Amino acid sequence: MKILTTPHMDRCIGCHSCSLACARLINKRFSWEAAGIRIESSGGLSSGFLAKRCLACEPAPCVAACPTGSLKQRPGGGVTISRKLCIRCGECVAVCPVDAIAVDAAGDIYVCLHCGRCVDFCPHDCLAMGSAEKQNMEVEL
Amino acid sequence: MNEDLFRVLLVNLATGKGRVELIPGRSTAIGGSGLAALLFAAYGDPGRPWHDADQPFILAVGPLTGLFPLMSKTVSAFKSPYHNQYTESHAGGRSALALRFAGYDALVLQGRAVTLSCLNIGASHLELKEAGFMAGMNALAAGKVMRRMFKGNSGHRSMLRIGQSGEIGSAMACINVDTYRHFGRLGGGAVLGNKNIKGIVIQGDSTYPLPENKDYPVLFKKVHEMVTATDMLRKYHNLGTPANLESLNELQSLPWRNLQQTADSQIEGITGERFADDTLLRNGACSGCPVGCIHIGYVRERFEEKDNRYLYRQVAYDYEPIFAVGSMLGVTKAFDVLRILDILEKVCLDAMSAGVALAWATEATDRGFLSAKETLVPLKFGDAESYMTAAMHLGTGENEFYRVLGQGTLAAANSYGGADFACVLGQEMAGYATGEVFFAAQALGFRHSHLDTGGYSYDQEHKEKDVDAAVSFLLADEPDRCLLTSMVSCLFARSVYSKEMLAECLKVTGYPELASNLEVLGEKIRRHRWQMRFATGFNPDEITLPKRFYKVSTWKGPIDAAYLDTLKREYGRRIRQLVEKEV
Repeated sequence: MKILTTPHMDRCIGCHSCSLACARLINKRFSWEAAGIRIESSGGLSSGFLAKRCLACEPAPCVAACPTGSLKQRPGGGVTISRKLCIRCGECVAVCPVDAIAVDAAGDIYVCLHCGRCVDFCPHDCLAMGSAEKQNMEVEL
Repeated sequence: MNEDLFRVLLVNLATGKGRVELIPGRSTAIGGSGLAALLFAAYGDPGRPWHDADQPFILAVGPLTGLFPLMSKTVSAFKSPYHNQYTESHAGGRSALALRFAGYDALVLQGRAVTLSCLNIGASHLELKEAGFMAGMNALAAGKVMRRMFKGNSGHRSMLRIGQSGEIGSAMACINVDTYRHFGRLGGGAVLGNKNIKGIVIQGDSTYPLPENKDYPVLFKKVHEMVTATDMLRKYHNLGTPANLESLNELQSLPWRNLQQTADSQIEGITGERFADDTLLRNGACSGCPVGCIHIGYVRERFEEKDNRYLYRQVAYDYEPIFAVGSMLGVTKAFDVLRILDILEKVCLDAMSAGVALAWATEATDRGFLSAKETLVPLKFGDAESYMTAAMHLGTGENEFYRVLGQGTLAAANSYGGADFACVLGQEMAGYATGEVFFAAQALGFRHSHLDTGGYSYDQEHKEKDVDAAVSFLLADEPDRCLLTSMVSCLFARSVYSKEMLAECLKVTGYPELASNLEVLGEKIRRHRWQMRFATGFNPDEITLPKRFYKVSTWKGPIDAAYLDTLKREYGRRIRQLVEKEV
C-alpha cells in the first residue's frame, strides 16, 4: 500500500491547504491542528516549512503503546485508528519519535491515515502518494 | 460561531487582564470591516485624540475566515495618527486564521501598558509580558526575540510587531505581520507604540466543529479549483502585482520622480520580469490561500572588502513598494529597490508612504526648500545609498525634519514649503497616475487606498469625461468591496467571490440570513464605516489636491483641472449624502 510522502516540501508556500483539507474531509473539524499533516515554519517564515506527519513506521511504536487496540498496524506502514476504542490516554503521542500525532484539548488524537485526500489540495505538488521503501531517499520534510 | 453573537476578546493593557464578550450584531455587521466599525462605535470615542490611551485598537476577522480559500485577511481599525480620524488597514499572513483558531471574531486592545510589553493570546491563555529590553529594536529582530519569548505552535501562530517608527509615533509606522505582510497604511504601528505594545502573538491553538452538511466540502473544492486550476488568479502568483509596472509605464500612468513624469524608458530595470528573473527567491502564502502571491526576493552584501564574505537577506516585494522606492525615487535597479525596502522593513515604515515622502523631500531639495542640514544626506533621484540612509532616519526620527516628515508629507510641506508638489491624495499617493477619477477616488476614499474602489481601472477604460457616470461607478463599486472586507476576503479574490458565490458560501456554513441580505448589508456597512469617519472629523471639502496632480499627463492627455475638481466635489457631496440618508 502506498503512503503519503512529501517529496517537494522545498516548494511549500505555507498555505496550510493540506492541513485544512485533512481536518475538513477526514476529521470533520475546522482546524489547522486537527489534521494528520501539519505545516510548521522552521525558524520563522524565512527558513521555509516542514510537514509534521506520520512517516509510516512498520512496526509502529504507537501501535505497541496503545493500550486499547485503537491504533492498529496498517499494511505498508502507518496506522489505522478506531476512535470508539480510544480512551484519550496520549500514550501514542508520547512514543511517536517524530511528533506526528496531534492531540486537542479534549484528548482526541489526529494522525495521518495515508489516505492521500490532502494531496490534491496542495498547489505546488509538495505531496504525493508513494512507496514507504523509497520515501527516505526522496523525502524533503 | 454560527450565531448572531460575535466572540470578542477585550484586553485592558493597563492591568494585563481581559474578558470575553459575546456581542450581538452578526446579522448586520457580518464581521471584518462591519464588526470593526461596530466595535469602534462601542469602545472608541470619536472626540478624543488618537493617542488617548482609551482609544481601541481592533483586529477583526469574518464569518468565512479559514472556511474558504483566500478568506485570509484581518481588518485592523483604529483612530489614525495620520489624520486623527477612524480608519482601517488590512493584512494577511497567518493573522486571520490564528485569530479564528484562537476562537475570536475580534481582539480589542484598550488602555496603555505600563511599560513596553508583548501580548500573547490563544484559545486558553492571555499574557502580557514586560519587554522593556526590546525598546528601539527593529521589527525583524523583534520577531526573532518573540519566537524565543513565546515558544510553541510554530506555524500555527501569528506574530505582529512594530519597529522604531512605531515607538516614536510616526504616522507612517506600520505593523509587521509574520515578517512579509503588513498593516501598512495610516500609522497602525504608532497606535501600538502609543499603547506600549511592541508585539502581539496570536496562537491559533484550538479546533472547532465543521459545518454539518455535505454541501460545504463540495463547494470548498469548487472554489479551490477556481483559484488554483484556472487562470483567474494566475497573475497574482506568477509575476505578481509587479507585472503592472511595465503596463502602467506604457500607459503613461506610473509616477516617476515625485510625479514629474508618468513614463520612463528606465522601467526595464524594475519590471515584474526583472524582479522575477533576477531577484525572486521563492513565493509564500497567507494561511488559507493556495494562490501564494507573496514574492520574496533577496539582497546580498559583501561585508569584507578583501575577502569573499557575504550576507544575504530576504525581502518581500510588490507593485506598490517598487513604485514607491523605485520609480518614484528614480531608483532603477531591482536590487537597489530591495535594499531600500529592507531598511523600511526594519524600521517598520509603510513603504508607500515613506517612498512618496522621500520623493517630495528630494524635489524640495532640488528647489531649495530643503538642504542637507535637514535631510542629513544629500537626496538625489536615483541615489539608492542616500535613500537607504534617509529611510533609516525617517524611521528612527533622527532629527526634527524627519520627525515632522513622519507625520506626513503635507505636514512637512507646511513647515518647510513645497506643498504644491506634495504627492498626497488623503495620504501619500498610491502608484496610479491613471487620471482624474483615481485622483478623486484616492483623495476621498475611506482608507485613501487604491483598493477602496476601482478608480484606477475606470480611468484606464474610460476616456470620456462624464462626472455622473464616474462618481456613480465609484459609489456602486464600494459596497461589494465592503462585503468582501467583512467576510474577510483578500480583494485579489473579488473575481471569484461574486455576491452570488458569497451567498452560496454563507449558506453552506450556517449563515442563511446573511446570505439573503448581502445587497442591503454591503450598503449598511459602507454607511456605518463612513459614519465613523465623519464622526471623527472627516470633511471631504477640506481635502485639497496639490497642484502637481493638475500637471500630470497620462495616455488621455493632460489632466483636465475642471473635470478633476468637479469629480472631487461631486464625489464628496455624494459620500456625505450616504451618511445622511437612511438605508
